[in-house]
Amino acid sequence: MVQVRTRDALAFQALVAVILLIVLIAIILPLWRVIVTAFTPLDVYTRGGAPLFLAPGQWTAEAFRQLLGHPLFPRAMLNSVIITLAGTALSLVLTVPLAYGLSSHALPGRNGIMLMILFTFLFNPGLIPVYLLVTKLGLTNSFWAIILPPAVGVTNTLVMMRFFEGLPEELREAARMDGANELQVLWHVILPLSKPILLTIGLFYSVYFWNEFFTPILYLTDRDLMPLPVLLRNILISASFNEYVEYDAFSSASLESLKSAAVLLTMLPMLLVYPWIQRYFTKGSLLGAVKE
Amino acid sequence: MMAPTLLYFLIFRYGPLWNAQIAFKDFRPLLGVWGSPWAGLQNFASFFNSFYFEELISNTLFFSVTKLVLGIPLAVILALALHETWFARYRTVVQTMAYLPHFLSWVVMFGVMLTVLSPNNGLINQVIELLGGRPIAFLTSPEWFRQVVVLSDLWKETGWSTILYLAALLAISPNLYEAATVDGASHLQRIRHISLPGILPVIVLVTLLRLGHILEAGFNQIFVLYSVPVYSVGDIIDTWVYRQGVLQFQFSLATAVGLFKGVVGLILILVANRLSKRMTELPLF
Repeated sequence: MVQVRTRDALAFQALVAVILLIVLIAIILPLWRVIVTAFTPLDVYTRGGAPLFLAPGQWTAEAFRQLLGHPLFPRAMLNSVIITLAGTALSLVLTVPLAYGLSSHALPGRNGIMLMILFTFLFNPGLIPVYLLVTKLGLTNSFWAIILPPAVGVTNTLVMMRFFEGLPEELREAARMDGANELQVLWHVILPLSKPILLTIGLFYSVYFWNEFFTPILYLTDRDLMPLPVLLRNILISASFNEYVEYDAFSSASLESLKSAAVLLTMLPMLLVYPWIQRYFTKGSLLGAVKE
Repeated sequence: MMAPTLLYFLIFRYGPLWNAQIAFKDFRPLLGVWGSPWAGLQNFASFFNSFYFEELISNTLFFSVTKLVLGIPLAVILALALHETWFARYRTVVQTMAYLPHFLSWVVMFGVMLTVLSPNNGLINQVIELLGGRPIAFLTSPEWFRQVVVLSDLWKETGWSTILYLAALLAISPNLYEAATVDGASHLQRIRHISLPGILPVIVLVTLLRLGHILEAGFNQIFVLYSVPVYSVGDIIDTWVYRQGVLQFQFSLATAVGLFKGVVGLILILVANRLSKRMTELPLF
């Protein structure tokens, strides 16, 4: 864009910069607050809560040590990892063939299948019918109850379908001429070209599974199966911590530090993959939005 | 090759549809979905006539409409600011931070909000106490709960929702801006006459899409944040369905309410889709 540095332009730029600064501070301040609270030592905290800034020598990882020292927290982390990996794998295995099939307009019955899928996207009969189905199938207290019902996302399928449609049709035809069956075409020709979309949709699914807390509350009553967000919720609403931490009366941490440390530990994997997520998600959500 | 996925749709997407018939029945778990006696429209009638009907609808609409009315202008302003700034590095930093909350679950959000809103040393309450005021229980007082819900949703989602507007802004030809500058247009005039008309179709599209989902007030958010003291101002259709169905075993009643919401949602999204085709020539799906 043309940049003419008149006084008017500079004033306008200052205004824009201030708006962005306000947004930046509004986002960072609460997150910064969580970090400081998690690392604030008990004696500092009892003198009036977490400070805005903590002197470099004061940071303590006591809250993290207590949480990770108790078997419940690492167990929940493991459960979350299992749910996320298994759920994402299952979702991709079910989504890819459907998206690939629908991307070929010659598919017999394509319109019927499309209608059947779109209808489930547009009409949602609500929570209870699904709940009755899952309990009837006997999936309660198993991770299947978490990963099966939401396994295929309609939007994700359509986004992936559009990506496959964009690949040159000649590729498939050439492979078929060489005698490859559809599965071989998909596996050897299409998927190697589809890494960006697989990564994008895979990340969509994994963020969903990592964050999911409602269905685990609904279907998992066994404490050993509890994933991280559910444990975090229990920690956040509890007033007593003896059942969640390696309680140590002498070098303890405040309840608020323990809560904030639990928040940070739940966020951590997200923060680690965030640079990739951001790049692919930005592209992916535009893929879905700007069509044709 | 598609068979497993189609089987999935049959079981997990159409199975619930079969179960939804209990909305018209008096469901007894021992008799099963098919064996339970028919009850006509009795479940629907008892919902429409009940005293909580009005409360649930008005809470649901309050949240979705307020989030829409405040959310879209804020996202447009932020997108314009990001688009206008000369400092590319600064823009990237703001974008990176503003997108981040979108990826947090509402449980994590709840934890973040506690450090700011808690009456027990939350940041805002520390400031209030510093100024001589008394701490406010933002999450459990009916006067504050709705504001907290709307503002926390804006905090979480505004950044992410700029993406569509930014894409539309980038699609506007730079020649238009150059020509306007040569003609002596001010910055605000350029925004008003070039940027805003350029993203108007996207604004219309997003508005229609959100109107189509106007009964979705944010179940996950309310479920995590609400508590008994704020039910009167915070309870929405979805949370009520959960409590009635799962906790009170009123399966038929809860299903009827969920089905009612589903049918209204279906009609709204079809209407929105038609309007969108007519107004922007873009279908919603």
